[in-house]
Amino acid sequence: MNRIDHLFKNKTGEILSIYITAGYPGLNDTSALIKSLARHGADMIEIGIPFSDPLADGPVIQKSSQVALGNGMSLRLLFNQLEEIRHVVDIPLVMMGYLNPVLKMGMETFLENCQSIGIDGVIIPDLPPREYASLYREQFQSFGIYHPLLITPHTEVERIDWIAGLSTGFIYLVADSATTGSKSSLGPHQLEYFQRIQKMNLSIPSLIGFGISNHETFSAACGFAHGAIIGSAFINAIGQEQRETLDNRVAQFIKGIKVEE
Amino acid sequence: MGFEIDKGGNYGEFGGAYIPEMLYPNIRELEENYVKITTSEQFKNEFSKLLKDYAGRPTPLFKAERLSAHFGMNIYLKREDLNHTGAHKINNTIGQILVARHLGKKRIIAETGAGQHGVATATVCALHGMHCIVYMGALDVERQAPNVKKMKMLGAEVVPVHSGNKTLKDATNEAIRDWINHPVETHYIIGSVVGPHPYPDMVTRFQSVISEEIKVQLSEKTGRDYPDYLVACVGGGSNAAGAYFHYLEDERVKLISAEAAGMGVNSGMTAATSLLGTTGIIHGSKTLLMQDGDGQIVEPYSISAGLDYPGVGPLHAWLAKTGRASVYAATDDEALQAALLCTRMEGIIPALESAHAIAILDRIPAGREETVVVNLSGRGDKDMETYIDKLGL
Ligand SMILES: Cc1ncc(COP(=O)(O)O)c(C=O)c1O
Repeated sequence: MNRIDHLFKNKTGEILSIYITAGYPGLNDTSALIKSLARHGADMIEIGIPFSDPLADGPVIQKSSQVALGNGMSLRLLFNQLEEIRHVVDIPLVMMGYLNPVLKMGMETFLENCQSIGIDGVIIPDLPPREYASLYREQFQSFGIYHPLLITPHTEVERIDWIAGLSTGFIYLVADSATTGSKSSLGPHQLEYFQRIQKMNLSIPSLIGFGISNHETFSAACGFAHGAIIGSAFINAIGQEQRETLDNRVAQFIKGIKVEE
Repeated sequence: MGFEIDKGGNYGEFGGAYIPEMLYPNIRELEENYVKITTSEQFKNEFSKLLKDYAGRPTPLFKAERLSAHFGMNIYLKREDLNHTGAHKINNTIGQILVARHLGKKRIIAETGAGQHGVATATVCALHGMHCIVYMGALDVERQAPNVKKMKMLGAEVVPVHSGNKTLKDATNEAIRDWINHPVETHYIIGSVVGPHPYPDMVTRFQSVISEEIKVQLSEKTGRDYPDYLVACVGGGSNAAGAYFHYLEDERVKLISAEAAGMGVNSGMTAATSLLGTTGIIHGSKTLLMQDGDGQIVEPYSISAGLDYPGVGPLHAWLAKTGRASVYAATDDEALQAALLCTRMEGIIPALESAHAIAILDRIPAGREETVVVNLSGRGDKDMETYIDKLGL
C-alpha cells in the first residue's frame, strides 16, 4: 500500500505536512531535516526541488530555492542524498517541483528514481491536469507514484470533480488565489471555499496549503480538510540565524503548530 | 507544413500552456475570448483606427539604396522605428489594451527588459485611463533610466524586481506572480510572442499588420508582393512573427532570423537561444531555451536589452526546428558596426536589436536582383548611451 493511503487510513484529521526546499539551509541538511521532522511529529513531508524560476512561489520559497541552487543542489544530487532515506523514515515523502528540471532528467528516469528510493507522490504545479492525463498518467501508475493535483477558490465545480478523479493520494486545496506564503490569515472567503469543498464530499482526502503558517491557521484548516501543508512559515523558521540546532528549531516549530501558545 | 497553432496552442512540438492551476481561470478566459473579440467588426475598427491615427501606421517601406549597393542586393527597410514610442511594440499593446477593455479588466500589468514594452504599455494605459504596473528587473531599472522616467511620466508604477538575476526573465516571473495574486480584475499584457497559449498566437496576430503592409507596399514598389528574403531580429520573436506572418506558408520567401550572439555563440555570454537552446518549459510555454544540464534556466547575455531573453517564442522554435527559418547570430560588435553602417549610409539610427538584423545581411546568399526586406523593429534613441560609449562618439 502506498504510504499516503496508509496515512489517511490511520489518521483522519490534523495531518501535518511540511514543505522543505532540498539543499536549504545547507546543502547536506535535507536528510537530517526529514529525519528530524518525522521524529518530531510531521505526518508527511514535501521535498521541494529547487528551480531557478519558481513562478508559483512567493519571496520566501524563491529565496530558499536560490540559496539551495547556490549551495549546489540538483535533482541528481538530491536522489543521491535520499538513497538511504527509507532505512530511517517511514512517513510519506512527496517530491514537489516545477516541470522543467523533471523533463530535463526525463519523466521516466525521474519516476524510476522516485520509485527506487521510496518516494510516494510527486506534485508538479505547472504540469496541467490535461497534459498529465494524456502524457504521463500511465507512467506514474506503472511506477506506483501518486500525483496529487491542485484546486483553487476559482476552480469550477465540474473541474473540481474532474481533478479529484485524476488526483491520486490526496487533493491539494490551494487556500487562496495567491503565490506561496502571501497571506498569514484565513478570511471569510477562504472559509466559505473550504466549506464548499467539504460539502462536495470528494472521494479523495484533501489537504489545505498556501498561507497556513501557525497554530491558528492550521487548526482552522483542519476543521475543513484532513490536514494542512506548511511551507513558507517553516522555511522562515529554520532559515533564521539562531544559536539552536536545526533539530531544536524543527521541534519548536512543530510544537508551535500543534499546541496553542 | 502548418505554422498555425493546433487546438492546444501548439506549434508542432512547441507551445501549450504549462501553467499552475492558479492561473487556469485567467488563461481560460483569454483563450475562450481572444478570437471572438479580435475578429469582431468593432474590435477591428478600433484597432485599425488606433494603429493609423495614434501609432502612425502604415509605417513606410523604404528602399535603402546605399545599403543595397553595399551588400549587393535590393534592400527594403520596414520602418517600424517610425511607430509612436519608437518600435513595433505598440502594435501589440494597442491590441491587448482593447482586449483588456472588452474583458472588462481594470488593472494592467506588464514586464519589461529594456523598457520599450513597458513604455508602449504605459502609453496605451494613459490613453485609456487604466491603472498600469510594470515589472522590471532591478538591474534593468538602473541600466534603462530614461525609459523608467518615461513610464513614470505616463503614470505607470514601475516595480523593480529583486528576485533571481534581476532582469527580464525575473520581471516576467514577477508579472506572472502578480497575475496569480490578482486573478479577476487584471490583464497581463505580455510583450512578445512568448508565454502560455493563447499569448503567442494573440501577439502574433496583432503584429501581423507588419507583413500585411509589406505585401501591399512591396507590390506597389516592385510589382511583386513577396520578397526573396525576409530578415528580422528575434528576442522573444514578436517583430519577426509579425513580419513573417503572411509569408509563413509561402516557401518562395526565405525567412532569416537574427539572434544575439553577445560575445560570441560559444562564449558563454550569449543570447543565441534557437542555436544553443534545448527543449524545455519557460513562462508556461514549451520551447527552445537556454538551460543547464539540471534544467535550471541560464541567464542570457547581449548588449541589446531587448534580445537577452533565455527562451524564444514557440513559433520560432518550430520555425527553427523545421528549417522554415534560418537562424544566424550577430555579436555585440557586429551589431554595433551594423548600427553605424545603417546610420551613415541611410541616415537612420536603428535600435540595437534591429541592428542585429542588418549585421547578418552579408551572410545571406542573396543575388543582385533579389529583394530583401529587413524589419527595422525600432529606433536607436534608447541606445544612444551605448552607441556613444561603444562607438567612441
Ligand atoms: C526595437 C526592438 N526590437 C526587437 C525587440 C525584441 O523583441 P521581439 O523579438 O519580441 O520583437 C525589442 C524588445 O524590446 C525591441 O525593443
